Amino acid sequence: MVHPTSSDTVPTHPVQPAPRLSMRARSALWVWSFLAIPVLFYCVIRFYPTFNAFWLSLTDWDLMSEAEFIGFENYRRMFADPNFWQTFRNTFEYLIYGTPISLLIAFIIAYYLDKVRFAHNFLRALYFLPYITTAAAMAWVWRWFYQPPPTGLINGALGELGFGQIEFLGSTTNALPSIMVTAIWAGLGFQIIIFMAGLRAIPDTYYEAARIDGLGDWAILRKITLPLLKPTTVFLVVFISIAFLRIFDQVYNMTTNDPGGPLGTTKPLVLMIYETAFSSYDMGYAAAQTVVLFTILLVVSLLQLWILRDRA
Amino acid sequence: MQKHFLMAGISAAACISAASSASAVEIEYWQYIYETRVEAMDQLIENFEEANPDITVNQVTFPYADYQTRIVAANMARKGPDVMQLFYGWADKFIAGNLIQPLPEDTFPAAQIEEEFFPIVSAMKRDGQYYGLPTAVRSLALFYNKDLFEEAGIDGPPETLDELVEYGKQLAVRNDAGNFETVGLTLDMAGQDHQWWREVLVRQMGGVPYNEDYTQVTYDDDAAGAEALEFYTNLQKKHGIGAPGFMDEGQAAFRAGRAAMTIDGTFRLGSFNDIEDFEWGVAELPANDEGVQSNYASYFANAIGSSAEGEELEAAVKFLEYISSDEAMQVWLEVVGELPARREAAMTNANMNDPIYGPFLAALPYAHTTLFVDEAAQRQTAIDMANRVFLQDQPVADSVAEAAEQEQAIIGAARD
Repeated sequence: MVHPTSSDTVPTHPVQPAPRLSMRARSALWVWSFLAIPVLFYCVIRFYPTFNAFWLSLTDWDLMSEAEFIGFENYRRMFADPNFWQTFRNTFEYLIYGTPISLLIAFIIAYYLDKVRFAHNFLRALYFLPYITTAAAMAWVWRWFYQPPPTGLINGALGELGFGQIEFLGSTTNALPSIMVTAIWAGLGFQIIIFMAGLRAIPDTYYEAARIDGLGDWAILRKITLPLLKPTTVFLVVFISIAFLRIFDQVYNMTTNDPGGPLGTTKPLVLMIYETAFSSYDMGYAAAQTVVLFTILLVVSLLQLWILRDRA
Repeated sequence: MQKHFLMAGISAAACISAASSASAVEIEYWQYIYETRVEAMDQLIENFEEANPDITVNQVTFPYADYQTRIVAANMARKGPDVMQLFYGWADKFIAGNLIQPLPEDTFPAAQIEEEFFPIVSAMKRDGQYYGLPTAVRSLALFYNKDLFEEAGIDGPPETLDELVEYGKQLAVRNDAGNFETVGLTLDMAGQDHQWWREVLVRQMGGVPYNEDYTQVTYDDDAAGAEALEFYTNLQKKHGIGAPGFMDEGQAAFRAGRAAMTIDGTFRLGSFNDIEDFEWGVAELPANDEGVQSNYASYFANAIGSSAEGEELEAAVKFLEYISSDEAMQVWLEVVGELPARREAAMTNANMNDPIYGPFLAALPYAHTTLFVDEAAQRQTAIDMANRVFLQDQPVADSVAEAAEQEQAIIGAARD
């Protein structure tokens, strides 16, 4: 006969249970033990380097010698550098033209695609395709499209039709819009899918009620679709803005011979940071530029959330 | 009897292997990935290990884009290579960062190096000490498409700048719409043209691009810089010989048979050797009216890592001695196609008479080596300088002055 252990015994006379954590505390412990890994990951891989970058921006670290504290020298140098202001302007040009154009085109396509029944899935896949294609590969294809004759496809077609040639990437005025077009095109697929999901989420009953009340298409769009689509729009505006502020792949791959050129007219901040850090090895200065980019991203995101907030 | 021999043999072998493992040294050699370079180094290592059975050399390679960062990062972790290949233009940075150590004077006396190597090796010398030696060097030459020359009825490659312009005009072909079908000469500042402008054209116009130790930009001190840029930009603007950006890159245009001439380096031979559609030749860069010639030469040097010490340092020195020997240079020339860095190995009759290597080698005695502090950034100033004239019609003198100011700032910042 085996003596039952105390825990197995039916408490005929109540035994004081060992002090245990409450249900609430235990579940909190569980939650945190699962969260520990991502939290640790974020602290070590994300937050620590971020804060370290703030510190580095105040030093003259060049990757080889010890970092020396130099105060705000890097920032002073940056604000006095005309190249910095040029890239600053370029970055905002990508943002200010790129975001609304992307949004508008994505919405129009999503709006009409939503009404199309014929080959709907096929069309949707077609629009989504560029989004899942490697940015570098697309950039190179476009780069060849844009070449002057005899290699460039677009100029070749223009020549056939008897039109004059257009300098795309070789011109200080056309290069930035040319690259922006490819970036817009590449991001469109994702935005269309998000817009369509937003459109589908609007209950049909609203539309039915509107039709019964005799509202036209334009009024329905203005009074029902757009207002109810606002959360989707807010998300996309923030998402697209961040993407344009961080534009790099397209620019770098389309201008490798003269990165960000000609004459720096297409160079965005991220490319400048990349060059400062990994071509000139001027890590302190690159960190200062990164801090500026971080600040811009933060301010732009907060500003948009505030402007587009729900006033209700 | 046979058994005894066998036993003796086995025990002897055991002794040898025990002895060699007792004194075996392993060193690491780093270079970037480029098929023929890796292959040549494998051969050299094999030869070296045969001659030095107690030393093992491990070759470690990285993609070129990562290469510099890898060395720097490894050095920070104190895991740097014993012997490494580095571009001569990185020397200042690598010395300042304590990545490489000076070559021991007893094995590599400076006076002997200067006697035996081409003068351009002095770019690896600081305060009387050498920090590395190249196996092979590169120089520039004019590549020309023999088929196109024949079609145009031109006998041979241009020997002077005037001939270059004249032939270029004859060779350029435009279609009815006025677009180039074939350019006479490629214009590609991002390629090798910036070196051509800096070390060749500026000197041919009577100027000097930099002062003696390359700490001061001097191409804007007189009119030479502006004249050189005017000559260069006029190739498009006045003479219509070529256009920047034609076929994306100069070398691509030449490969496609759509450029009659292009200026490029030894390192391009490998890719031009695949051309099957036409015959091409190589010529020395054109001289000016007074016969002044110049060239730009560059190289990757081999240096000893700062972490090597004791018997590893000894082995590293031995290895470096071997890979900068005549024998190694001949292997390198045959496998990679780069020119030997020693006069004797290079200036053999066979090499000098070689129609391809000859013109490159002929340029080495009068070639210059720009001491870059940040090659990419300095190249950018030259690209922008030309673009300001091509795209914005800025007067050449102003553009040269602006470039000089920018480049001086880069040099100044790096030397602080």
